[in-house]
Amino acid sequence: MIEWFTWVQLIVAVAAGLLCIGMGLAGRVPSDLTIGALALVEVLLIVQVVVAFVAPALGNEPTGSVLEFGTYLVGALILPPAAAFWALLERNRWSTVILGVAALSVGVMVFRMFQIWTVQQA
Amino acid sequence: MSGIGRVLIAVYGVLALAATGRSFVQIASKFDEAPLAYTLSALAAVVYIVATIALVRPGLAWYRVAWATIVFEFTGVIVIGTLSIVFPELFPHDTVWSRFGAGYLFIPLVLPVLGMWWLARHRPTSRADAS
Repeated sequence: MIEWFTWVQLIVAVAAGLLCIGMGLAGRVPSDLTIGALALVEVLLIVQVVVAFVAPALGNEPTGSVLEFGTYLVGALILPPAAAFWALLERNRWSTVILGVAALSVGVMVFRMFQIWTVQQA
Repeated sequence: MSGIGRVLIAVYGVLALAATGRSFVQIASKFDEAPLAYTLSALAAVVYIVATIALVRPGLAWYRVAWATIVFEFTGVIVIGTLSIVFPELFPHDTVWSRFGAGYLFIPLVLPVLGMWWLARHRPTSRADAS
């Protein structure tokens, strides 16, 4: 993982999460803005997949379990499309909140991935 | 299923994903180290998946399944949470329920309570609609 990129990803995920939860609680149905925020989170995750494959070849190797890292990455990739799909199926304020929950969960998972990559646990 | 209950289901879904992912990693890479803890992890993961499905599905049968799985989870988090603090040597490795779910922001402790509250308030009627 590239540290600055990971921080960008974390900030985007948390910002998207707070935005969607805020908009949802304010009674907004999913919009281009909130769905777009989730799309951005997903695009950054896909970039992270590329980074995770290329970085070890350049000497930037994960210090922790590759299997655990990969499981988090796959899990994180599933969340935004699943939340967006549900939001399109049933459009109401709570589906906007769910978009936010998904984005925040991605943030937590990216943070865990960063820990697995950089901090070798006992 | 409508309204704020959908957020509850979404959080259940995320927890099911987290528990499944973790137990997959534990069993695939180091099952021999702590068979009891990792078997519990896998069991918890399956129960979270069933609870998520049961909350989504309408009807009385699924309503009962939802109750059963959520009560099971609540019992699990209380019993394993207590045991992991009183007899830490029994659980040298984390499960989703260790230390009352502290590794998961206490979501495993809070979620069943919210789930039971929600179920109690949304008994399915003759409309066969659990929402």
